[in-house]
Amino acid sequence: MPNPDHGPSLQQQRARSAFWFLAPMLIALFCVAAWPLLRTIWFSFTDTTLSNLYGGKWIGFDNYLSIRTLESGRVIYRGTLVDPAWWNAVWNTVRFSVLSVTIETVLGLMVALVLNAEFKGRGLVRAAILIPWAIPTIVSAKMWAWMLNDQFGILNDIMLRLGLITEKIAWTASTETAMTAVLIVDVWKTTPFMALLCLAGLQMIPRDIYEAARVDGIHPVKVFFKVTLPLVRPALMVAVIFRMLDALRIFDLIYVLTPNSAATKTMSIISRENLIDFDKFAYGSAQSTLLFAIIAIFVSLYIWLGKVDLSGGGK
Amino acid sequence: MAQIQLKNLTKAYGAVQVIKGIDLEIRKGEFMVFVGPSGCGKSTLLRLISGLEEITGGDLTFDGERVNNLIPSKRGIAMVFQSYALYPHMKVYDNMAFGMKLAKSGADDIRRRVTDAAKLLQIDHLLDRLPKELSGGQRQRVAIGRAIVRDPRVFLFDEPLSNLDAALRVATRLEIAKLHHSMSGVTMIYVTHDQVEAMTLADRICVLRDGRVEQVGTPAELYEAPNSLFVAGFIGSPKMNFLTGAPAAAHGCTTLGIRSEHITITDAGPLWQGTVVHAEDLGSDNFLFVDIGAGEPLIVRQPGKLAIPYGTRVGLTPQPQHLHRFDAAGLPIR
Ligand SMILES: Nc1ncnc2c1ncn2[C@@H]1O[C@H](COP(=O)(O)OP(=O)(O)OP(=O)(O)O)[C@@H](O)[C@H]1O
Ligand SMILES: [Mg+2]
Repeated sequence: MPNPDHGPSLQQQRARSAFWFLAPMLIALFCVAAWPLLRTIWFSFTDTTLSNLYGGKWIGFDNYLSIRTLESGRVIYRGTLVDPAWWNAVWNTVRFSVLSVTIETVLGLMVALVLNAEFKGRGLVRAAILIPWAIPTIVSAKMWAWMLNDQFGILNDIMLRLGLITEKIAWTASTETAMTAVLIVDVWKTTPFMALLCLAGLQMIPRDIYEAARVDGIHPVKVFFKVTLPLVRPALMVAVIFRMLDALRIFDLIYVLTPNSAATKTMSIISRENLIDFDKFAYGSAQSTLLFAIIAIFVSLYIWLGKVDLSGGGK
Repeated sequence: MAQIQLKNLTKAYGAVQVIKGIDLEIRKGEFMVFVGPSGCGKSTLLRLISGLEEITGGDLTFDGERVNNLIPSKRGIAMVFQSYALYPHMKVYDNMAFGMKLAKSGADDIRRRVTDAAKLLQIDHLLDRLPKELSGGQRQRVAIGRAIVRDPRVFLFDEPLSNLDAALRVATRLEIAKLHHSMSGVTMIYVTHDQVEAMTLADRICVLRDGRVEQVGTPAELYEAPNSLFVAGFIGSPKMNFLTGAPAAAHGCTTLGIRSEHITITDAGPLWQGTVVHAEDLGSDNFLFVDIGAGEPLIVRQPGKLAIPYGTRVGLTPQPQHLHRFDAAGLPIR
């Protein structure tokens, strides 16, 4: 018995001081994260409107799905879960997330491999490559909006001159190209971040095993797939989770670049629309809650499937 | 099984000359040890021979064939690194077999060679483990095993034992020596900064200093006839005693060297007189530290046990045939 009646044991003292150090952050997190989240979930079960934020009444699941049978015998389904606009937004979001994260991971890893090699001016290149990521999204979105402009955009001009296209493309306005435009800008902006995370993973790999592989005469491609990739995988998985979380709630880029295109409306965009523009506050809250649930499911699945260890190495 | 010839080999990193023109012949089947103080260029020289570093100047030939521009894997070498350099995510078996799968050997052949090497090194019960599940000594054996299965012309070792504790170092040293005997005729080049390792393993030792060869010879040659003050001080444990000033001048040299076992304690007309200031008893030997008023105390080896209390005045006489005389430039006067 390490603890006779002389006050708390060392372990208890440590736990207590740890609690006091954590308390400010826990309170802040509760105020800015947990409380708004709980409020939103609460709103989604009421008929709250923008003009009457505190007067909402509990209406159960009606914002999600309500089934009413009319006198004529017709059954009417209403609610987010049967709203085609919502499912279009879900599809857009998932498509955008999977495509952008895949492209960014592959490109980011390639860039990281280059940056991991030793060459003159490496420090400068490493810093320079981060510039797109450091620019605020609003700024880069506006900048790209101009470059993608159908009449005056530099992209159309270059492609016309090179003969790649025969007539000007309305990148952001046309439904066929809107998603591509968004993807281009997002990849441009976020690949550096991915590259940085991959680079951190690559630098954890000891150099000497590459020398051993060189002495053994193992082909570089085989070294990449059999040595580098398995060893960088844990870092890569974590990077992909971060990016996935980010991509699933994409808002600012699309709001600036293609605000009203049905081809790019995502879950965040459509819930904001309902919350503010259409004065369907409770309905928008329901969509926000669904967005939260979908992200949670997505990430849990990924962590479970990839057996990602987020606890920092474990063992 | 290769004869290796270094002709005026140089290496520079930018403006810094690290290897300053080395001429050396390593014979077929020889166990050659590079030894020298930290930073003298041992690892660099080994990496030049392996091809991991580009040669700046001079010629490197294997069996008469110039290999300066041959990539490492074409030189027929195998290297054992100080840090083991095992692939952390591969089982021991895969670590050893990884380099061979390319060599167009059949699957059976690979399996046989890996198990043979594992048996030789007594790691055959560890083949299914990951490197992190092994002790330091076992890891080093896996690294050596990986080199063996490649069946190289030349083995290169870069301080393979420096991460092991003292007892394990002695045991593994023995195994490397046995390995060299059992693989008759394989040339081995071994880098160490530990002169005991060098003395016990080497057929011949190459003492390096500041990017240059100081002396090449068998352990006995280096011990008995050092070619410079540096080699005399570097080889042997405890260090050779060096006397300067009057005692050296009396023998017509700037520095007089004498090993601890070549000094006799005598009362009959001793050459030097001094007081015992310290003693180290190693069980088999007793080392007396005697201050004769000429800088560092002289270390005198005394076989058996003869308790001489601190502060006793003793007379010392060196065995004249074992005196080493060096001039002001540190070169021997013979
Ligand atoms: N990549 C490099 N760039 C510049 N200088 C280097 C480089 N590698 C080694 N050197 C220098 O070359 C010299 C020899 O280095 P080397 O590693 O061969 O020494 P060493 O004899 O193996 O020493 P140790 O016993 O400490 O391992 C050192 O002075 C070192 O600073
Ligand atoms: Mg070294």
